[in-house]
Amino acid sequence: MTNFLPDQSFYPSPQMAMQAVPEKLAHVAMLNPNPGSPDAMAVVDLDPASKAYGKVIHQLDMPNAGDELHHFGWNACSSCLCPYSPHPHMERRFLVVPGLRSSRIHILDTKPDPRKPRLVKVIEPEEVKRKSGYSRPHTSHCGPDGVYMNALGSVDGKGPGGIFVIDPQTFEIKGAWEADRGPQYLTYDFWWHLGHDTMITSEWGTPDMVENGVNPELLLAGKYGHALHVWDLHKRRHQQVLEMGPEYQMALELRPAHDPSEAYGFVGVVTSLKDLSASIWLWHREGSSGNGAWKIRKVVEIPAEAADPELLPPLLKGFKAVPPFVTDINLSLDDRFLYVSCWGTGELRQYDVSDPFNPVLTGSVALGGMVRRQAHPKQPERELNGGPQMVEISRDGKRVFVTNSLYRTWDDQFYPDGIRGWMTMLDADPSGGIRTDGGFLLETENLRPHQVRLQGGDASSDSYCFS
Amino acid sequence: MSEMTMSWAVLLGLGAFHGINPGMGWLFAVALGMQERRRGAVFSALLPLALGHVLAVGAAIAIALAVGAVIPLDWLRWLVAVLLVALGVSRLFRHRHPRWASMQVSFGALTLWSFLMASAHGAGLMVVPVFLNLPMAAAHQGHHHAMAMSTMTPTTALLATSVHTIGYLLVTTIIAVVVFEKIGVGILRNAWFNLDLVWASTLLGTGLIGAFVS
Repeated sequence: MTNFLPDQSFYPSPQMAMQAVPEKLAHVAMLNPNPGSPDAMAVVDLDPASKAYGKVIHQLDMPNAGDELHHFGWNACSSCLCPYSPHPHMERRFLVVPGLRSSRIHILDTKPDPRKPRLVKVIEPEEVKRKSGYSRPHTSHCGPDGVYMNALGSVDGKGPGGIFVIDPQTFEIKGAWEADRGPQYLTYDFWWHLGHDTMITSEWGTPDMVENGVNPELLLAGKYGHALHVWDLHKRRHQQVLEMGPEYQMALELRPAHDPSEAYGFVGVVTSLKDLSASIWLWHREGSSGNGAWKIRKVVEIPAEAADPELLPPLLKGFKAVPPFVTDINLSLDDRFLYVSCWGTGELRQYDVSDPFNPVLTGSVALGGMVRRQAHPKQPERELNGGPQMVEISRDGKRVFVTNSLYRTWDDQFYPDGIRGWMTMLDADPSGGIRTDGGFLLETENLRPHQVRLQGGDASSDSYCFS
Repeated sequence: MSEMTMSWAVLLGLGAFHGINPGMGWLFAVALGMQERRRGAVFSALLPLALGHVLAVGAAIAIALAVGAVIPLDWLRWLVAVLLVALGVSRLFRHRHPRWASMQVSFGALTLWSFLMASAHGAGLMVVPVFLNLPMAAAHQGHHHAMAMSTMTPTTALLATSVHTIGYLLVTTIIAVVVFEKIGVGILRNAWFNLDLVWASTLLGTGLIGAFVS
């Protein structure tokens, strides 16, 4: 497992990673909505010169049904070059793939053939729960000293959710991460500012609040997450709560600046109880000395759109409006463009966030949507359902990949006709602007695509210790 | 070159070799410079890095002196050789994932980091066989079968540690400044050889030489 030179997919800085050659493959987590059939990891050919371009060239079925594959990550990435804990001769080789519903964790080996990953280890739910104290593993990040993974809930499906660490070589679960969790109870996403020894975590709901679909009573009472938590990454201690207010429900994906010397980042909030708008918030550290307090403020608001109740799912008919439902955001490696998925209205937005306090809308593409059902240019006669959901950006920032499934029970609530899976690609202009790539539309019909991981790394797979 | 000059040169050279390893400090200095966006941060890292390295090497030699006071020198040589070979072999197969440092690092923490990195990599242990071969340390050639280490002077130990550290600090400083100012950290991708392999071989080599050449 050691190389003579650093793994060539490791880059010291995000700017250097932007020079990487374009990816030729994507790994895509596929949810099987049929409860009796297993989810899968699909491999999609992204080499424009290949005959199979844009098609699934391999599908690895999981050994059990009902995992709910969702997010996943690498065993090792550019953080292996971090100077305080260097192990540069590790390989980016294994995919760590948790089942969000089953709590089962799968380890996939992308060698010898990255086009045909193999399942090499399964950590059964009982072991995950026993060793971590958590259940419903969610997001995975390769840290300088191990694979960090978070989980939505406690063993019994309530709270608190939290983080645990996995050995990046043996894939043994090392245990819960927190030394002092303070008031933190809910969890959704986590990431960090390696240069500032700071971790940020966000809030959705505990398993019993989300697994049977969104609970309108809890939602209207403002019980879903509405705060971020700031942690000392080194001491593993809770430091600060960044409160947005209970009007803002479900603070999901965290996108800290990739530049490790910067101390700001963006979080998407699904909806506001006041007007069903969605919002993007900026967290940032006061002062230049690097030891000021952390603050949070709203920098983007996306309004709901008036809609004919006939066209809305039952849960929303009374509101006569379709909410944007920002469920994922992603930040290009140069920290310049923020992509925002509006899963409800069916829109993907691009903001120039060169000035993070004042994002400027620079592009928008319509696809699917609860009401609009916008077709793809490749098949203009066929309506798409679902909307842009998981969004992933190539390292060079030129290609943006989008899939349309959120989470099985929530899919069914908001797209009751049943999500028909699709994945598509947008072309991004380096100076701003996006358009749907007319040639790339992968329809997966019976499987629902979720997170996309690009070969060699992408804009949410790696973290860096050098500016 | 006399045997004595040779040993001092090897001490200096081992120091330089330790300095080249990005995991021994220069890379950390560069990262701190980039994080704070100023060259001064690179220089302020050098002192704690060198201090930690000195402590690691000094500790290894001090332990050798202490053990050498109670067992014959030949036994000590073999003991060190066995330790070096064992460490060399283990480093061929094992990675370490230290958790004792981070980017917001204080003077003390950086010293400790350097000390632990040098110790964990056997940097101090690597120096011991060379030290044991210093004529001033082991008194007189030819009689060392019966010779205990009580005749080794602490002054020689101090001198050996200092010479080694000069080699380390010189190379660490030069690389850190050149990479920070001119080359950039992109060099890592093509120049960060798996020193673990070279390092393990050096551990094995010094162990075996210590055992058989003495």
